[in-house]
Amino acid sequence: MRRCFAIARREFGSFFATPVAYVYLSIFLVLSSVLTFFVGDFYHRGQADLLPYFSFHPWLYLLLVPAFAMRTWAEERKAGTIELLMSLPVSVGEAVVGKFLACWLILALALMMTTPLWLTVNYLGNPDNGVIVAAYIGSWLMGGAFLAISICVSALTRNQVVAFIVAVIMCAVFVVSGFEMVLDIFRSWASNTIIDTVASLSFLTHFDTMSRGVLAADDIVYFLLVITVWLYACSIIVDENRAA
Amino acid sequence: MKSLNVALLTEGGMVLSLLPPHKAIRYRIINTSSKWNAMIAVENLSRRFHGLTAVDDLTFTIKPGEIVGFLGPNGAGKSTTMKMLTGFLTPSSGSVSIDDLSMSTQAKKIQQRIGYLPEGAPLYNDMTVFQFLHFIATVRGLKGATRRQRLKHVIDKVALQDVLNRRIEELSKGFRHRIGLAQALVHDPDILILDEPTDGLDPNQKHQVRELIRALSKEKIVIISTHILEEVTAVCNRTMIIAEGKLRFDGTPAELQQRSRYHQAVTLHFSYAADISGLAEIEGVDEMVVDRHSGDVTLFPEPGKLIMTAVVEHISHFRLPVDKFTIEDGRLEDVFREITTQESTQGEVTE
Repeated sequence: MRRCFAIARREFGSFFATPVAYVYLSIFLVLSSVLTFFVGDFYHRGQADLLPYFSFHPWLYLLLVPAFAMRTWAEERKAGTIELLMSLPVSVGEAVVGKFLACWLILALALMMTTPLWLTVNYLGNPDNGVIVAAYIGSWLMGGAFLAISICVSALTRNQVVAFIVAVIMCAVFVVSGFEMVLDIFRSWASNTIIDTVASLSFLTHFDTMSRGVLAADDIVYFLLVITVWLYACSIIVDENRAA
Repeated sequence: MKSLNVALLTEGGMVLSLLPPHKAIRYRIINTSSKWNAMIAVENLSRRFHGLTAVDDLTFTIKPGEIVGFLGPNGAGKSTTMKMLTGFLTPSSGSVSIDDLSMSTQAKKIQQRIGYLPEGAPLYNDMTVFQFLHFIATVRGLKGATRRQRLKHVIDKVALQDVLNRRIEELSKGFRHRIGLAQALVHDPDILILDEPTDGLDPNQKHQVRELIRALSKEKIVIISTHILEEVTAVCNRTMIIAEGKLRFDGTPAELQQRSRYHQAVTLHFSYAADISGLAEIEGVDEMVVDRHSGDVTLFPEPGKLIMTAVVEHISHFRLPVDKFTIEDGRLEDVFREITTQESTQGEVTE
């Protein structure tokens, strides 16, 4: 466990040693505010909640998280440091989880930096703060799911651009599977069970309830499961890489 | 296991008689107090990449105190072998074990005891030197005062004090290699595996690295790979030549030199023209070769014969005007070329 934290700390530090973390944090802040105020009509809605802010999170994550996580393994492979890492007495699992934790912490940091928005709502009206906390937690969990997918894809290649593009596509699959348009394609031929399954795979479906303040066990379990499965897949890929 | 220890001791005892007393004592102490006596056993190790055989059926053992030099042409399988020894690559077949631990089942335990410098010294470039070494020490399970003391020790040993707070990416190749070495030494491993540790260093740095390896290797196993043949004679006490994934030679550097036609050959240079026809007739001289450019005369001995005395006698008897007299150790380049190419051409014939 200590090794896992040592790796997480190193990874976290290296995000700040390079501009990656700063760029990610500032873009996240700028984009989330722009979307909330201009596209989400924060003021005109006349409601004291953060729904316009949270509803854009899946789309923000879709672009930003793969960009931010693409380097985790790809760079390690390209620079050859993976050889160093894997000849240390560290298990692949520890390394994968360590890297994930570091990135997830930065996502948390980005969310925490948007608290002025929360304060604004409290200043303007009387929002249900419980709902907002739940939505924050939900957003963080969903971000973790995006992250797990991106990290897993990053282990597949030594080219960061490829890792980014593939990760965006993989994440997009998980986002759009909840879209009516996509579900319509299935409606014409598939049974309801299949449609429900496809819809239930979507991050949107699960995040929607969370952003409204309902932290249901099945949504939490869903995101945790997605994270676990993708991280497990990642450890298999990393392990396979050194066999090949 | 006990009988092995006894055998090692008597071996140490035999060395004793040949050494000056202060050295002898050091040898004895180390032989008895070495807590691990780590021994690497490699059996039928093979590694294939997409149908290409990089390492082909290697079998050898390495004992503590041995400094093994892996020699071989590029792509011979040196690095692949080392990667399998460190547990980074999994063998296609065969096994690596250290003492009674098998790499396939107890890799973490083994890796605790190995220090490894990968080829080209890959490091985390965005960290500072100290952060990096601290990270490696922590992952290696060192903490508190021990960690501080070990870090100080390796930093002193490879002289990194001046660059501790510099980012690794800003540093020169020489520093990178030294950081790589420090990283491999920080947990005081029993086994040190260095893939081309002196590659790309200037002569002074090469010298430093060699001194370092020599200084630490008394009770450890050190395996280095290199292209540089003199390095093997300078640092190693055992040489393994690998070509096309196969072990072609396994012995001491001296044995390697003995394989050379030049081993114990005598090279002469004359101040002015003299009658040299008699030299070729000396007892034990196999052949005489005259270099037209330098005017050097080289006398090759018949295998196993020593001709030095006879040549000296001949020179003094005929009062030959010799101004340079060299006894050759053996030219490793020739031996190396012979060993690494000869059998491959045979292979082609049989294929």
